[in-house]
This record gives sequence, structure tokens and C-alpha cells, in this order.
Amino acid sequence: MNVIQAIGARVIAWIEEMGAMLLFLLRSFGWLFRPPLRLFQIIKQLHFVGFKSTFVVMLTALFTGMVLALQGYYSLRKFGSEGLLGSAVALSIIRELGPVLASLMVTARAGSAMTAEIGIMRITEQIDAMETMAINSLQYLITPKIVASLISVPLLVALFDVVGIGGGYVVAVKLLGVSGGSYWSSIESAVEWKDVYGGILKSISFGLIISWVCCYKGYFTKMSAEGLGEATTEAVVLAAVLILVWDYFLTSILL
Amino acid sequence: MRPSIIIRLKGVEKTLGGQPVLRGVDLDIPKGEITTIIGPSGEGKSVLLKHIIGLMRPDRGQVLVDGVNLAQTHDRALNEIRKKFAMLFQSAALFDSMNVFENVAFPLREKRLVSESDVQRYVPEMLERVGLGKMGHKFPAELSGGMKKRAGLARALVVRPEIILFDEPTTGLDPLMAYAIHELILSMHKTFGFTGIMVSHEIPEIFSLSDWVAMLKNGKILAMERSDEFQRLSDPLVREFISIPNAMAAS
Repeated sequence: MNVIQAIGARVIAWIEEMGAMLLFLLRSFGWLFRPPLRLFQIIKQLHFVGFKSTFVVMLTALFTGMVLALQGYYSLRKFGSEGLLGSAVALSIIRELGPVLASLMVTARAGSAMTAEIGIMRITEQIDAMETMAINSLQYLITPKIVASLISVPLLVALFDVVGIGGGYVVAVKLLGVSGGSYWSSIESAVEWKDVYGGILKSISFGLIISWVCCYKGYFTKMSAEGLGEATTEAVVLAAVLILVWDYFLTSILL
Repeated sequence: MRPSIIIRLKGVEKTLGGQPVLRGVDLDIPKGEITTIIGPSGEGKSVLLKHIIGLMRPDRGQVLVDGVNLAQTHDRALNEIRKKFAMLFQSAALFDSMNVFENVAFPLREKRLVSESDVQRYVPEMLERVGLGKMGHKFPAELSGGMKKRAGLARALVVRPEIILFDEPTTGLDPLMAYAIHELILSMHKTFGFTGIMVSHEIPEIFSLSDWVAMLKNGKILAMERSDEFQRLSDPLVREFISIPNAMAAS
């Protein structure tokens, strides 16, 4: 009986948390449409989530594109189809690696910081202080982060795609001697609008996952330094796992 | 004669983490005066304050502010009521991403209470009043505990609230600084005439500071009297709580 009770309690707690997370998201969204519009906060978050992530995203993209070209070259050479290297690199990046890797980097860089920042504000009563001033903390703190992530992540993914394909070009054409013309023309003939569109769609949903999970975990952190550490870890792990799982389902729908 | 009542708690009960903290609190807060809630640590005094400003909702009972029951108001109505309030937190709860000036200006700017030129006038004036005239550019991390409390007080006062809640305003301060904060609260009360509700352990100092004293014990209000009468209460639990620090101060 105890085992069943324990399992039941776990399941109830789990369902409760999912419900709480959904309500948190809906309320944060709801505040977007009520005045005042926190434009300055949104711009600040765009700078933090978007602009400040560009370097790390570009770096990741460069090496991803380079290693893809390297691997792809040796695989394709066995079939004598090095000419298709461009399309192999571009399709992998645009459809999968761009959205997923860029989002994982944003989770690690900006998502963890969101959880820590909001969590510290919770622990030091800054969120309570804001509420006592009749300022809605969701509208002031959470909504701008969600909006900024929805805008930034797709843009970062687009940047990732471009830099990644460029990195592939450097390795394929400059180092491995594939002809530049065939690299670009294979991309042109293989990449369709549907691929780009799917990648952007993915990245928007990943942006939502990152800000949603990371803000939620910070907002409801336990009131201790240890609790905040746990919350940050949970946020990053949960966001990363959700991105990968959601990516699978979205891919299976989009294909 | 009892003054008019601005806040009334009726049978407020709250359980936190399976532990009953408030077990039926009945409390009337007189308007325009300072009421201090004393009681042993862990009795839920801060929890009680959080109920008064709607940061927590009671499991049972009513919290009436000017006749409006906070326990049943939704977010927007709650925000309307909160405009009457300000709160000085135990940790001062300054926004650490903003300097002192921005902290004090924050409620004015965010709620668009006054024009920006008035913000530039009111905030330095308020900082001057609490003795932080030249500290506007400093960040909370650069301030001492006493300065943080002063900045928190300035942020609370700048919106000219009707009601101010003080959560242990002098905890963690040296006696001199604690005295200075008490004096500051008193002089600000004289100037602005707000209703003050304070949670404090500073016996006997709070008796000269407060008009009313209430004691929270076992989740209920054990007694509430005018400050001078409270000191003469014969209830053994009250005597025990207020006499030890008194005796220590005397020795």
C-alpha cells in the first residue's frame, strides 16, 4: 500500500507542477497584453539573451560546420559524391543542428542566468518588495524574458546556420579541395524553403521552452543557496531535455 | 478612546509546510498610529505581516483593509489596495541591479506617480531626510546594513503611503544604528502621519516607539494594549517575554 501511496503522491506532485508551470506561462503571457508595455525591459533582455549570446553561438556554429564538412567529406568520398558535401552540411545544420545546438547554448548561457537572477530576487525578497509596490513581478521580470527569447533564439539560429555553412565551406573548399561552385550549387539545389521554415519554427518553440522553464524554476526556487543551486541545475537539465524531446516530435510532424 | 481601525484581521489561519503557523489571529490596527507585534522567534510574525499586505493569503479568516477583504480580491484589485502600502523588509530588499537613487525612484517611476522632473526633486530630498544625501550613486552591495535600511525606508516613504509595514527594521544592526533607525521612524511618523505596523524584538525600545503593542503567541494574539499599559500586564507569558530583556538592560 505504501508503495502505491508513494507512487501516487509522486504522480500527483508531478501533475501539480505541470499545472503550475502552465498557469505560470499563461499568466506571464497575459501580462504582455496589459499596460504598461515593458519596452525597456524587453530591449534589455534582447541585449542579454540575444546580442550577448552571438559570440558563443557563432563559435559553436563555426566548429559544427567545420566538423560536419570533415566527417561528411570522408563519408561521401567513399561513394565519390564529394560534390554533395555542401547540401549535407547545410541540410544538417538548417534542419537539426542549428536550432538544437544554438538553443542548447542559449540555455547554458542565458537560461541558467535567468534562473539564478530570478531566484536570487526571490530569496532576497526583491520580488516580494516589487509586489508590495503594486508592480506585477511577472509582467516586470518574466514577460520581457519570454518575449526576448521568442525573438532572439530564431535570430541566433539564423546566424548559426550562416556561420555553420561558412565553416563547412572553409574546410570543404579551402582545406579539402572540394570545388567552391559545387559546394554552393548543391546547397542551392537541395535546401528548400520548407527546411528553413521548419528550422525557424523549431527555434521559436525552443525559445519558449528555455525562457519558460528557466524563469519558472527561478521564480519558485526553494529559499536557500542550495535550493537555488538545485533550481538552476534543474532548469538547465529540464530545458535541454525538453528541447531534444520536443525536437523529435516536431521533426516527425514537419517531415 | 480607541482611534478608528484601518486594518482588521478576523480569525486568520495559515498552515505552512504542514505546520499550523497562525491559528486564528484577531487583530485591529488603529489608524495613524504605530502598532508593534512582538513574540518569540518562529511564531509567524513575518507571516502575519505578509498576510496584511496580501503577499500571503489566509487558509481561513479575513484580512480587511479599509473594509476590503484581501483574502478574496483578485490581482488587479489587490494592486489597488497595495497602493496604500509600503513595506520595509528585514533585508531591506533593495534591487541590487539598481543604485540607491534608482531604487528610491523605482516605485515613483514604475507607477508613473509623478513626472520625471519631480522624481529628480523628490528622491534626493527623501535621501537627504534619511541621511543618505550623497549615497544616491552607490549600489546596495556597497552599503552597510544600516544604510540599506535607510535606503529601504526612503523607498517606502517616497510614495507617501498610508500604511507602512516594518519587518524587524533594526535586526542585525549595532545598538547605535538601531537607535538611529528607531528615531528616524519616529520622526518620519511625526512628519507623514502614516499607520505603522512593526514586527520587532527590540524590547524595551519598542515601548517608547510604539503607540500599541500586540503579542503573538501560539499562533494567536495573546494581548494588545497601549504601549504603557502593555508593560503593566500581569499575564505570565507576557511578563516572561518582556521582563528578561528589561532585566538585562537594567543590569
